Amino acid sequence: MAQTATLETIYGLIGPLNKKSVNLTPATTFASDLELDSLTVMDLVADIEDDFDIILPLNMLPDLETIGQVAEAVETIVAKG
Amino acid sequence: MKQSLQKANSLDLLDKFDPIVELRASLPFEKTDPFKVVIEEVISETEAIIGGRHTILAGTNNYMGMTFNEEAIEAAKKALDDFGTGTTGSRVLNGTYGGHKALEATIADFYGMNECMVFSTGYQANLGIISALGGKDDFVIIDADSHASIYDGCAMGNATIVRFKHNDVEHMERRLKRLPADAGKLVVVEGMYSMLGDAAPLKELLEVAKQYGCMTLVDEAHSMGFCGENGRGIAEELGVEHLADFIVGTFSKSVGTVGGFAVSNHPKFDVLRFVSRPYIFTASLPPSVVASATASIQAISRSGNRRAHLWENARQLHSGLKDAGFSMCTETAESPIIAVHLPDVMIGTRFWEQLLEEGVYANMAAPPATPAGMFLLRISVCAQHTSEQVSEIIARFKRTAEKVGLEV
Repeated sequence: MAQTATLETIYGLIGPLNKKSVNLTPATTFASDLELDSLTVMDLVADIEDDFDIILPLNMLPDLETIGQVAEAVETIVAKG
Repeated sequence: MKQSLQKANSLDLLDKFDPIVELRASLPFEKTDPFKVVIEEVISETEAIIGGRHTILAGTNNYMGMTFNEEAIEAAKKALDDFGTGTTGSRVLNGTYGGHKALEATIADFYGMNECMVFSTGYQANLGIISALGGKDDFVIIDADSHASIYDGCAMGNATIVRFKHNDVEHMERRLKRLPADAGKLVVVEGMYSMLGDAAPLKELLEVAKQYGCMTLVDEAHSMGFCGENGRGIAEELGVEHLADFIVGTFSKSVGTVGGFAVSNHPKFDVLRFVSRPYIFTASLPPSVVASATASIQAISRSGNRRAHLWENARQLHSGLKDAGFSMCTETAESPIIAVHLPDVMIGTRFWEQLLEEGVYANMAAPPATPAGMFLLRISVCAQHTSEQVSEIIARFKRTAEKVGLEV
């Protein structure tokens, strides 16, 4: 389970994209809950990368469907340095 | 036992495409379907019969108008007579003829490079080079608006893929900074992007890539033939060819036939012939195609006037449509690709359909093939368009806008 701080940062980045004001939880999905199209997801990924100063490789994205999965992936990458 | 052979209640593998079927069915076409256009007769590089109508071709990527080049046609006919219809084999088995080697030498000479590999399509050239270069511990860094062949080359290889915002040098640099200094890195960019016709800031991109120790690949598919003094592409035009480790191109646009290539000065380049699967596991180009590509590239290298006329056409079309009030995708004519924004799917589809009725074939481009959800009408001008034809295209655009109620 990802740490609260990581989740809060990601919630903050999703904020402006959350047009339907969906309640954000680790289980929230980008495609079906937030209804983000692939281009918006791409911009969000870039924002997350810049905020955490990491790379989220393209190869990894198909496996990241929920906010919680992204938060865990971010923490794993940050821990690896 | 018999029961187990009965049809089980299993999932239909095509069900996952239902949303695509629905999307296509929802497009408001009445008379024609842009994905099912049939060209019934080709009159010249710039005219055809479509749906029984005499139509100006303004969306064929035939930038240099080489499809009816006399020398290319003669060479192809001779090759057909001398070598037959096909090689029936891979480049690394029985599929390399003298013509294939001569074509590679012609392209290497055209680019002033030492090495060239010819592939059966431009798509396979990107697929074959990128997938071979991007190994397990390597990084491939790509522009977000890259062509499908670049994305597919990445998917086929084993490298970690890093994506940066379209033509954004600073965004790319921020990502390069985060990659391990000692890892193998390949930056892949296109000279000209095919949907909007916007050129890459190649000098800055390549300089930054080199600063971070990356190898670089430039795809000149939509810039070869008319950019740079010799028509080698944007890298030549900007004087940065020395910063490109690999240049990839195609024969299916300016060269007027089909096939692809990669050139390089890398001393070990030749080994790619033995590790690039899209090069090995497919049949080589037919001798007639090889012969016409060779003649066409030789003709392109002496086509300064034709290049100049192509740019005149591009500028005339761009300024004509801009003056008419259309929303242009680029401020100026950066390439022979002139794209116009259309407000939504309804106007977009009706505009495309009406324009065809008016006798102009252009490309309709919709998401996801377009950046940022844009709906575009994309024109590619040809060096063989006369200025009268370009004026006619502009006039028919205006008439179409009136008919479909597009306010310009």
